[in-house]
Amino acid sequence: MTASANHEISSIVSEFLDRRREPIVAEWSGSPFFQGSGGDREQAAVDCAEVLTGLRRAVVAGEADNPAADGFAGIRTLLEVLAAQRGDDSRLVVDTAASIRSLRDPLLRLWHEEDLTDGAVAPGAVLLGAAVDTLGLVLLDVALSAGRDTIASQREQLAELSTPVIKLWDGVLAIPLIGTLDSMRSQVATESLLQAILDQQAQVAILDITGVPTVDTMVAQHLLKTAQAARLMGAECVISGIRPQIAHTMVQLGIDLEEVVTRAKLADAFTYALSKLGLSVIPAATGDV
Amino acid sequence: MTQTPSTEAVAITTEPDIVHVRQIARQAAIKAGFSLVQQTKLVTAASELARNTLVYGGGGQAEITLELTASTGTVHLTFTDGGPGIPDIEVAMTDGYSTGSGLGLGLGGARRLADRFEIESAPGKGTTIRMSISARRSA
Amino acid sequence: MVQVPIINIHGVLLISIQDELLDDSISELQQHISEQVIEQQARGVLIDISVLDVVDSFLARTLHDIAATTSLLAAQTVVVGMRPAVAITLVELGLILPGLRTALSVEDGLALLGRGNGTVRTGPR
Repeated sequence: MTASANHEISSIVSEFLDRRREPIVAEWSGSPFFQGSGGDREQAAVDCAEVLTGLRRAVVAGEADNPAADGFAGIRTLLEVLAAQRGDDSRLVVDTAASIRSLRDPLLRLWHEEDLTDGAVAPGAVLLGAAVDTLGLVLLDVALSAGRDTIASQREQLAELSTPVIKLWDGVLAIPLIGTLDSMRSQVATESLLQAILDQQAQVAILDITGVPTVDTMVAQHLLKTAQAARLMGAECVISGIRPQIAHTMVQLGIDLEEVVTRAKLADAFTYALSKLGLSVIPAATGDV
Repeated sequence: MTQTPSTEAVAITTEPDIVHVRQIARQAAIKAGFSLVQQTKLVTAASELARNTLVYGGGGQAEITLELTASTGTVHLTFTDGGPGIPDIEVAMTDGYSTGSGLGLGLGGARRLADRFEIESAPGKGTTIRMSISARRSA
Repeated sequence: MVQVPIINIHGVLLISIQDELLDDSISELQQHISEQVIEQQARGVLIDISVLDVVDSFLARTLHDIAATTSLLAAQTVVVGMRPAVAITLVELGLILPGLRTALSVEDGLALLGRGNGTVRTGPR
């Protein structure tokens, strides 16, 4: 189709979308897509009108098949709200297809009721279909982005919850690390540890890795960096809970923890910490209990 | 929804300008929703590059751009100077701390702190350094 | 030039950095410390950076140099109060400043210096 013929079809279609706005909005308002949780038809009508306007803008700009077109970008926020209202997106693709169908079918029906020249009917229908399909793509993208954000946010919350800082003694604290240490969790653990060193003015911080299944080069790097940062602050890090298999792996990987003191057991690390503070544990005098 | 990025330019011709660049970078980092550690990294990188621009580049300018989307905040830093240019970029990027060479440390350090880092430089053509740090904005 | 106050506590010079310093001031401070160590026959230098929220490579290198210089002048330097975010950033930069002695607070720093060659060491061996 020539460019001018395309342009002509776009004009006819966009004029249709404008002139027949009311019936289109009326049809769309009944769609589950716009119902949301409140079932408020007035609000649904307002939302429909806005989506229709965005769609029309994209058609007018000749960008009906571009999800990044201004017309679609302008209604993203509204689509985010509508997607959030629908909540459960475990059947995201199927639901989105159904939503799009519920918008496309009435739109095309109204289009075919128009009194048009033969040459305009089919191309116009194709254009309308393309615009609605693109809307579907934008819907999917919006839902996926929201999902990604939720996952990332929850990961962070989980990381914070799973790195508790324990005060073992005045000036001695411990962080038992549990589970696989990815980059993000390591950073959260490091920041928590260093902040605790500051808050408690702890001279010794014990990082216990008994609950960490594997220590590879990256994890060792994080541990080393944590110890280096603690030292710059004026505290010492001790790493405890190094199981024989882990020690073995670390040697094989050529991991060198340099001057960082390590101990197999948390208890030994605690004894070390006490000695650094010039303290020791002695039996209580008998008869005093 | 993406807002239009906003940019602030700072001329770097004297030492106090380095501090000024740090302040603008700090403000942008805060608006981008950076954590304290991320802010510190950005401001430190900005300081390294600003000093490099002044001392090695003979002066120039910094552009600090804040870019916000619904879920992320990014601060872009661009440093330009019309100085002698860097003959061998890879060598210049190598940490020169042990030899005390100021040039190497500034660039290499900033690169370590950045999420994205690129440098354009050639002898006689000055230097342009672009870097950015992004962070997910807290919900 | 911004004059950073120096207080003598039993032979230890306490320097509390209050503001962001310009490069020139940092270099002058380095010079000033060396002179004062000699003039006051100090046995130690305590640099308190707890107010600083940024320490870049220039300052870090200077702190390291101050420690090296005072060591030659028979005085030990301890840097105290480095903030967590600053420590993390310096490590990321690769500036772990080996050989620079550190302490959590002025009090801990004084204790460290007070014991002569450092029975209680928080630095690498």
